[in-house]
Amino acid sequence: MNIVVLVKQVPDSGTQRSLDPSDNTVARAGADNVVNEIDEYAIEEALTVKEAQGGEVTVLTVGPASATDAIRKALSMGADKAVHVVDDAIHGSCAIQTSAILAAALQQMEYDLVLTGATSTDGQVAVMPALLAERLGIPQVSGAQKLTVEGSTVKVNRQTDGGYWALEAPLPAIVSTWDTINEPRYPSFKGIMAAKKKPVETKSLADLGIDPSTVGLASATSSVLDFAGRPPKGEGVKVNDEGDGAQKFVEYLASQKIV
Amino acid sequence: MDADDFEQIRKAVRQLVREEVIPREEEIDLDDRIPEELRGAIADMGLFGYALPEEYGGLGVNMKEDVELAFEFGYTTPAFRSLFGTNNGIAGQVIAKFGSEEQKQRYLPRLAAGELIGSFALTEAEAGSDPAGLRTTARRDGDGWVISGSKRYITNAPLADLFVVFARSDPEERGGRGISSFVVDAKAPGVSLGAKDKKMGQSGAWTSEVFFDEVRVPADALVGEEGRGYSKALTVLSRGRLHIAAMCVGMAQRVLDESVAYAATAKQGGAPIGRFQLVQALIADMHTELVAGRALVRDVAARYDSGEDTSVGPSAAKLFCSEMVGRATDRAVQVHGGLGYLRTTPVERFYRDARLYRLYEGTSEVQRVIIGGGLLRAAGMPRS
Repeated sequence: MNIVVLVKQVPDSGTQRSLDPSDNTVARAGADNVVNEIDEYAIEEALTVKEAQGGEVTVLTVGPASATDAIRKALSMGADKAVHVVDDAIHGSCAIQTSAILAAALQQMEYDLVLTGATSTDGQVAVMPALLAERLGIPQVSGAQKLTVEGSTVKVNRQTDGGYWALEAPLPAIVSTWDTINEPRYPSFKGIMAAKKKPVETKSLADLGIDPSTVGLASATSSVLDFAGRPPKGEGVKVNDEGDGAQKFVEYLASQKIV
Repeated sequence: MDADDFEQIRKAVRQLVREEVIPREEEIDLDDRIPEELRGAIADMGLFGYALPEEYGGLGVNMKEDVELAFEFGYTTPAFRSLFGTNNGIAGQVIAKFGSEEQKQRYLPRLAAGELIGSFALTEAEAGSDPAGLRTTARRDGDGWVISGSKRYITNAPLADLFVVFARSDPEERGGRGISSFVVDAKAPGVSLGAKDKKMGQSGAWTSEVFFDEVRVPADALVGEEGRGYSKALTVLSRGRLHIAAMCVGMAQRVLDESVAYAATAKQGGAPIGRFQLVQALIADMHTELVAGRALVRDVAARYDSGEDTSVGPSAAKLFCSEMVGRATDRAVQVHGGLGYLRTTPVERFYRDARLYRLYEGTSEVQRVIIGGGLLRAAGMPRS
């Protein structure tokens, strides 16, 4: 069983994040860059499947040179090897362009199952599994809260607001995971020490046979025109309870369309 | 270890502390125990052996690395570190530094994996930092030894699988001479425990008395040379002192962060209390002493690793940082006002937890004696 996990490095969603005002792309310099939080669940699921059935877990990432930290984290959790697509021309690529790069990289790899987090905390586009399924001609199952592999079939409980759908797809397939699927492990000290010795293959656009002019900010299908910071928190409303506190409270909630 | 590897390790520890331990501090305090699944996570990460040698399953950190990890451990309840502290610290180090190859093979991999908990049994009713009154005896009996006596305030005793016991093996000798160290199985006939101590703070970290009633141990239970146990204990204790100094820095950082966050948002008279310059002064003093303590610990750790100073420096760091964190937690309660006196406020808990730092691994008074005596002896003053 060859499992490929798509991993993205993003600015830590628990910290102050911004866009770079020079070109409106994600500001990475100065940010605390980490593995996209939901991708850690995909890594954990890949390791769980591997531990049950054997096989190999490969991490695939598209990102700047500094994304090696994200790769390292995945390897220290227990992934076996990694492919890092890095090329200056990729900067500012939209989801469609990125999917072309990932698909080209996947076509050079052997995979039975592709796993990824359901969305990234920076772009929050959440379309990568669908785009890749289309490009690779394989089934996609999105938003898994449970996953099992039985023979050449992947069975997935797809999370919905009210419960789940039980779905299955023939392998090879791509599955995206939610943070309800498992509890990702922490890297162990032994895992961290071993990670450095694991193979990381670096690929450029040329290695993937992609024309650099077809990717990047200049030819992106979508781009950010403008952005603004979150407005500061208001002072709040103070209500003195003169016997009608409950009524005023409900009126306030109604005025905010909360009830 | 190269700096890059170590940075990954420090980050993993920080993540575990902040995501898994801090949210459960109050539960640990109220239940007086580390939850089983947290113990599992601690073992899985490798924390039970971070300071034990690599060839026996540990990580083999030097003191420069040790103190950086202790800054992270110190940021949460001391009970967290206490659980794996004795394996890495005083109990494990005695075996790692002075044990035979056979003893190392037998104990260290299992200590590093967290399968065994080792506990260090030195302190007695009349002997702590000064060994003169050590009453526990080890008498030769055929091939082996028979150990009798009682130990007090023994960290992790209620969890221990083995004790590293210090006992007087030569009744003719006095002071530090004639003391030997032994590895004793906690299940050996004659070993029994007192009730778990009820403490002011550090809930979740267990201590108790340990009684040895004619406990028979084989010849190979002796660790290192007969009669040289106390000098061994001293070298291990100085490492532990520096580690505790770094724990104090971690706690001081935590109560400073708690205080800054509180002062920036809590209001009096319509304005954040942080606007009051006397509140700013409390925070400024906490910060200034904290950064001084951190710099001191890092400097002493570098000198410890180079071998330049393994005695006076660790004591100076432990003295300053344990006193410093006492003042920091006191100021933190002050910044929080009445809220700081309530049981559910973290700084109230740290205020109680911090008090132990000035007592164990040598009181502040003992550290002063080590520092002053060490400097004077180095200048040529005779020992007695």
